[in-house]
Amino acid sequence: MRRMTWFNATSLTLGFAFLYLPMVILVIYSFNESKLVTVWAGFSTKWYGELLRNEAFLDAAWVTVQVAVASSTIATVLGTMAAYVLVRAGRFHGRTLFSGMIYAPLVMPEVITGLSLLLLFIGIGLDRGILTIILAHTTFSMCYVSVVVSSRLVGFDRSLEEAALDLGCTPFESFRLVTLPIIAPAVISGWLLAFTLSLDDLVIASFTAGPSATTLPIKIFSAVRLGVSPEINALSTIMIAIVTVGVITASVISKRATLMQQRDEQAAARTA
Amino acid sequence: MAQTVFAPWDDPNEKPLIQFRNVTKRFGDFTAIDNLSQDIYAREFFALLGPSGCGKTTMMRMLAGFETPTEGQILIAGQDMAGVSPNKRPVNMMFQSYALFPHISVWENIAFGLKREGMEKAKIDARVTEMLRLTRLERFARRKPHQISGGQRQRVALARSLAKAPKLLLLDEPLGALDAKLRQDTQFELMDIQEKTGTTFVIVTHDQEEAMTVASRVAVMDEGQIMQVATPAVIYEQPNSVYVADFIGDVNIIEGAATPQGDGYDIAWAEGQPVLHVKTGKSFAPGQKCFLAIRPEKVGISAEEPTDAANKVQGQIIDIAYLGNLSTYHVQLADGTMMKAQIANTRRLSRRSLTWEDHVWLSWTDTAPVLLES
Ligand SMILES: Nc1ncnc2c1ncn2[C@@H]1O[C@H](COP(=O)(O)OP(=O)(O)OP(=O)(O)O)[C@@H](O)[C@H]1O
Ligand SMILES: [Mg+2]
Repeated sequence: MRRMTWFNATSLTLGFAFLYLPMVILVIYSFNESKLVTVWAGFSTKWYGELLRNEAFLDAAWVTVQVAVASSTIATVLGTMAAYVLVRAGRFHGRTLFSGMIYAPLVMPEVITGLSLLLLFIGIGLDRGILTIILAHTTFSMCYVSVVVSSRLVGFDRSLEEAALDLGCTPFESFRLVTLPIIAPAVISGWLLAFTLSLDDLVIASFTAGPSATTLPIKIFSAVRLGVSPEINALSTIMIAIVTVGVITASVISKRATLMQQRDEQAAARTA
Repeated sequence: MAQTVFAPWDDPNEKPLIQFRNVTKRFGDFTAIDNLSQDIYAREFFALLGPSGCGKTTMMRMLAGFETPTEGQILIAGQDMAGVSPNKRPVNMMFQSYALFPHISVWENIAFGLKREGMEKAKIDARVTEMLRLTRLERFARRKPHQISGGQRQRVALARSLAKAPKLLLLDEPLGALDAKLRQDTQFELMDIQEKTGTTFVIVTHDQEEAMTVASRVAVMDEGQIMQVATPAVIYEQPNSVYVADFIGDVNIIEGAATPQGDGYDIAWAEGQPVLHVKTGKSFAPGQKCFLAIRPEKVGISAEEPTDAANKVQGQIIDIAYLGNLSTYHVQLADGTMMKAQIANTRRLSRRSLTWEDHVWLSWTDTAPVLLES
């Protein structure tokens, strides 16, 4: 391996410092003994204990988890179905339009997505609460799942499904027994992605949450406006940990799946 | 009625199992199958032969139900297959690309179709074991498809398609990746299976010898059309066109003009050379352009002028290809035409007398060649 020049080393250090210093500081201060956020008074885990006794935070955390699990699961089902149809249905009228429309929410400003959902919920008279947050999160995370799954489906050998049909499967059985197990890594990493996206969303949740249900990011945001407390730091540290684990798992799974796909393709190429 | 020879295609009372009726398949504006009609009978071993891209796989895929004909009808056992989905057809196909399921073991791959049928566990076990034995894959049953070699994968694909013992089995180049010995064994296994189960086979192959060995009839295809369908012997001995003669085996083609003479024709083929005589049942107009096709092994070669040959031409040896059991002599005739003569090497180092640049005589009988219009 080539050695790094001092210039490269400095750029790297600065870049990463810029990205991660704020978070590192937050994590460190979550273990601060003192109530004052800016004064270091020794190591302690007492704020994590405080957190466990804070009903409001615990409620919000529970809502957040419910929303994340429900919305990412629905988004995975819908996103996988959308990806399957768009990759498999071949050419039909308006296919480009449809696939474009699936991906548009990726670049849509969240404020607009949130606002339009809010208007919709008011319009159909749906009371804002946990259900509306789930629906909203499903809407925006579905397209992420769809992107992840369709990139895997593009490289999928169609003749496998034909072979399944040939051996007596109905189209649905061929999807369940052949396609789904093979694309499972992409589906799982899509789910994890949707899960983490839902976990840390503030903007869309604030539009669609109601008095009966608040998510953690909303709770943190409103608490911070009254002043930062070490408790918030502790909570944020936990969230960073969960999101990190989620993202790393998702990328490891998709990386492994890519490697396996390449290996299978090489194996196939050798026989050709 | 009693038939000693298996030839249902000659029996007007026999109902074909598969009927292609004026089938055309287009991909966009490319015509892959061009107005093709063909009957295939139960218990046949029907071989499709033709150059790459001539539409062999497309025909198979239409039979299996993965492609729908653009025009025309396909009937299986008298039933129109239009709108019948692949899982409802009495057909199994072995894919050219194998299409093994990568996420399950060899054993599971072979059992896949049987499980779909809802067969009992014990019966599945027995059947899969039988298939593994047949394809000599017992040792690899627990491996995943990516953990075995190309030839082994091909055998898994074959075993998987055989397992369900369908009425009609489509094999798309089933033996291409096997070594000569294993290929021959598998060919005989296939014929044996066919004998025992009465399954109808449609097989695509690039190997002429394979087609000749296993097939009841061979169809030679070109650009989406069937050029000739006949038993292997007829295809070889009586091709109906230069294309078929040239595609199957080695052949010398001499172009000339036909003049009726006796029970056949005299062919004028080169300025200043004696005419060649050929017996044929076909009729040609006087002076009509024609092609004389003659197999190299039907051409004799000698240093001295043969006295009793119906046809003889003089030439010079340009090249000798030694093939072990055979030697092929490439001989240039007076007008520059190249001809091949093939001699069996029955004696060690026989024909030593003939060597490069020797002047030799080529000769053949008047029934050896076939006379073709095109
Ligand atoms: N889905 C498709 N779309 C467009 N063209 C196709 C499609 N499938 C086949 N073709 C074309 O139809 C022609 C016949 O293809 P087919 O696969 O039947 O050839 P083949 O005889 O099996 O050749 P090979 O011996 O190489 O397997 C080819 O020219 C091919 O390019
Ligand atoms: Mg093919």
